Amino acid sequence: MLSVVTFLPLLVCVALMLLPGRFPERAYLWVWITTAAVELALITALWAGFDSQGGMQYEQRVRWIPGAGVSYHVGIDGLSLPLVALTCVLFLAVAVYSLRESSRVRPYVCLFLFLQTASLGLFIALDLILFFVFFDLSIVGMFFVIAGWGHGERARAAALKFFLYTFIGSLALLLGFIGLYLAADPHTFDIVDLTRTNPLAGHGVYASLVLLAIGVGMAVKTPAVPFHTWLPPAHTEAPAAGSAILAAVLLKMGTYGFVRIAMPLLPGSWRHYALAIVIVGVVSVVYGALVALAQTDFKRMIAYTSVNHMGYIILAVGAAGALAGTDAQARSLAVTGAVTQMVSHGLITGALFLLAGVLYDRGQTYEIDAYSGLAAHAPRFAAVTGIAAFASLGIPGFSGFIAEFQIFTGSLASQAIATAIAVTGILITAALFLRALRAMLLGAPRLPPSVHTTGFGDLKGREAVSSIALLALALVIGIAPRWLLDVIEPASRTVTDLVAR
Amino acid sequence: MNENLAALIPELALLGAAVIGLLAGSWLPRRRQWIVAVLAAAACTAGLAATSITMATGREQTVFSNAFAVDTATNAGRLTVLGALLLVITMSVETVQGHKRETEYWVLLLLTGAGTLALLGANDLLMLFAAYLLASIPAYALAAFTKDNSGTEAALKYYLMGALLGTTMLAGAALFYGAGHSTLYRELRHALPDAPYGLVAVALVAVLAGLLFKAGAVPAHFWVPDVTDGAPAPVAAYVTTLPKIGALIAGYRLLHQALPDSDVNWPLLLAVLAAVTMTLGNLAAFFQTSARRLLAYSTISQVGYLLMALAVATRTDLAQQSLLFYLAAYAATNLGAFAVVTALPAARHLKDYRGLAHRQPGLAAVLVVCLLGLVGTPPTGIFLGKLEIFSATIDGGYTWLAVLAVANTVASLFYYLRWLAPLFTHANPGPAPAQAVFGCWAAATACTAGVIALALGLAGGAVLPYGMGNLLP
Repeated sequence: MLSVVTFLPLLVCVALMLLPGRFPERAYLWVWITTAAVELALITALWAGFDSQGGMQYEQRVRWIPGAGVSYHVGIDGLSLPLVALTCVLFLAVAVYSLRESSRVRPYVCLFLFLQTASLGLFIALDLILFFVFFDLSIVGMFFVIAGWGHGERARAAALKFFLYTFIGSLALLLGFIGLYLAADPHTFDIVDLTRTNPLAGHGVYASLVLLAIGVGMAVKTPAVPFHTWLPPAHTEAPAAGSAILAAVLLKMGTYGFVRIAMPLLPGSWRHYALAIVIVGVVSVVYGALVALAQTDFKRMIAYTSVNHMGYIILAVGAAGALAGTDAQARSLAVTGAVTQMVSHGLITGALFLLAGVLYDRGQTYEIDAYSGLAAHAPRFAAVTGIAAFASLGIPGFSGFIAEFQIFTGSLASQAIATAIAVTGILITAALFLRALRAMLLGAPRLPPSVHTTGFGDLKGREAVSSIALLALALVIGIAPRWLLDVIEPASRTVTDLVAR
Repeated sequence: MNENLAALIPELALLGAAVIGLLAGSWLPRRRQWIVAVLAAAACTAGLAATSITMATGREQTVFSNAFAVDTATNAGRLTVLGALLLVITMSVETVQGHKRETEYWVLLLLTGAGTLALLGANDLLMLFAAYLLASIPAYALAAFTKDNSGTEAALKYYLMGALLGTTMLAGAALFYGAGHSTLYRELRHALPDAPYGLVAVALVAVLAGLLFKAGAVPAHFWVPDVTDGAPAPVAAYVTTLPKIGALIAGYRLLHQALPDSDVNWPLLLAVLAAVTMTLGNLAAFFQTSARRLLAYSTISQVGYLLMALAVATRTDLAQQSLLFYLAAYAATNLGAFAVVTALPAARHLKDYRGLAHRQPGLAAVLVVCLLGLVGTPPTGIFLGKLEIFSATIDGGYTWLAVLAVANTVASLFYYLRWLAPLFTHANPGPAPAQAVFGCWAAATACTAGVIALALGLAGGAVLPYGMGNLLP
């Protein structure tokens, strides 16, 4: 069942590529939307049948490369199910948003279908090599999206930078995985087996090096300061749909790796270096927010707020590893907050990037100074952007508040100073969003020279549906989060127990 | 004494086909010389079938006073070499079709192929040297096949280096004989630990010189870019793929069988050679503008990764299967990339490949698979090979080498992407004549090799166990 969900987009992708003859471009897009909708329906069915107390479910294990200790092992639990669902929601939103795409539609649709398989596969993988395969495939897919549909020649440089950074990260990851593999007896890459046997317990320096390799790999993808420099150019040059997927789904791969691999497989080292992880998290929070404040480019600004938002997650997972002065409930709360933040950031930032795409579509620039008084031209656009910005800065009522509240409550007990510093991040984010909103939406109407003749068109159906749907989901989570938290909480208790052993 | 000729069917099939082909070629009219090509392909197929039967029935043995071993490494190497030779034959069809020396081409290819096969099982220093000569001399002639300036220069460089290092290798064999009073690996194994340290060290370095030349590893790599650039494209594909397989398996056997108990610290020597080879190959490839020279340096860096398995030959059980699997994956991937180059003979520079994805989507797809494969992106075969070789290296205690290899892998990405990214561009594509496909055989070979390169990664579980098994003394 899980494999069907994962590989259905790839099958459709192969079918589209092999199909002889030319179809109207719109047909490909409708095939894509249908596939994404079917995926969402399937994952909803999976969720309905999911027992939140049942641990790992829908497991499937097939021998793949037994000689190398690699198996095709997939399954979902409370950590991966929300992310799998998020992936399906985001890809459907992006498919709807792309309905008017006109440039080389067939390869565009195929690439996104391929990316969906890679993303889903990563979140359900229970084997380190399987995880790595999908990790790298997602990099390859996104490279071609940025290089092929980005904004001109600079896009290729940004794509190369993105590829180089994340590929270096993935190879560091591979070294760490090999370290785990060789420590286990018998040698295996299976995450469940490795979690059970905890092969690196008491391996001092060796375990630290493995954690360093895995930590760097995940931190590049997340991205955490100081490995974040690939993110702003990649986001700025990517097409809107690519940015949304990159921010909402691909960045989660790094933080998901922390809770799925680094914490349960290396509990001793994780506890030992918890303070260092907390510091990286806090630095990402504050630095990301400050740099975002200094941006004059709307999309770059959102990109830097991603660094800030992902910093909260790192703070939380670090705090969950610090045992001193904390109880199990607080640590579990921090992990729950981290997973909720992954979902919340995916929904809200995904919507923000789609809206930034609308902005570029009308004005051919992301410069904040180029726009003024958009609320007069495009009231719907202004309203939705305003809501998205408020949701992103963590206003109560949206999912961001639930997530950040849990993170801060869970982290405060053990890391009071770090948490206090991290809270300033919210303040700065609020300031930068309000400043951007005031400059672009309010004031005397002014547009970039290129759009004087046509005017600034308001949100169209497909643009409104995709961004509003994402924000509506964030609102639902913000008001009635139990259905989501019920799934995450048992899993985060398991993770905190594993780290504490 | 075992003199079972049936154990040598693959080698004899290639030699027999070469002799028959040469005789037949003298009588065949030029338009019917393709018959020799069919004969060559049939010989490869017969060799593949014989090897499969040997593997299925487990008839492992050493023949002719233990000078030649037919065991796991030989059989796995034979499958790779013969399969790769078939691909080289099919990609050469258009290049030599109707050429006045077409028969000679096929015969030389068969002879050097037979030499490569002989390298695989060499269990004796004299056998090793004879195989070295049989593999090398026809290859010199092939490099100069078109008789043009660049080809002649390449062949001369290739020949001079080969002759020099071949003599060095022979001198090394003589020193080994002096140190161990034998040329058989099984006897050297017991005699060398008592032999003078310096003598064994010098002898080893001298014998390795010849093998490094065949493999195209630093410091014997200078011929690689010139031959790759100057020789016909299928010959370039041949010399950068098959001799490496022969030399690396021969080197593995030598180190594993003759020197396991010696005091000479050869693991460190091999580790340093591996490190220098992969780094130098990568650095030199960085700013190449010619597609073939770029591939040439990329093959040098690939030898660096392969040498890692030799460095840990006796230190971990993973070394052998990782080496054999990586060689198979490398052969398919490298031949795929060269088949694309063969299919587009007019596109010599990277800029000629701009926009290829729109004119030749199939070839562009093969190039994507093969170049990303050479980087080691999953799920291609080389990814699995790299995974195994890195695991073996770390297990063998050379973590620094594995880290360096990872750093090199990242660096290699830079030049492979420099070739790949423009394939998909729309702005000023390469000239249309440069992107005209030469013929369907080369294109079909490219697709086949690309599929194999991918399949080896996906179905690696089924292939990997064939690399496990003891070497016969």
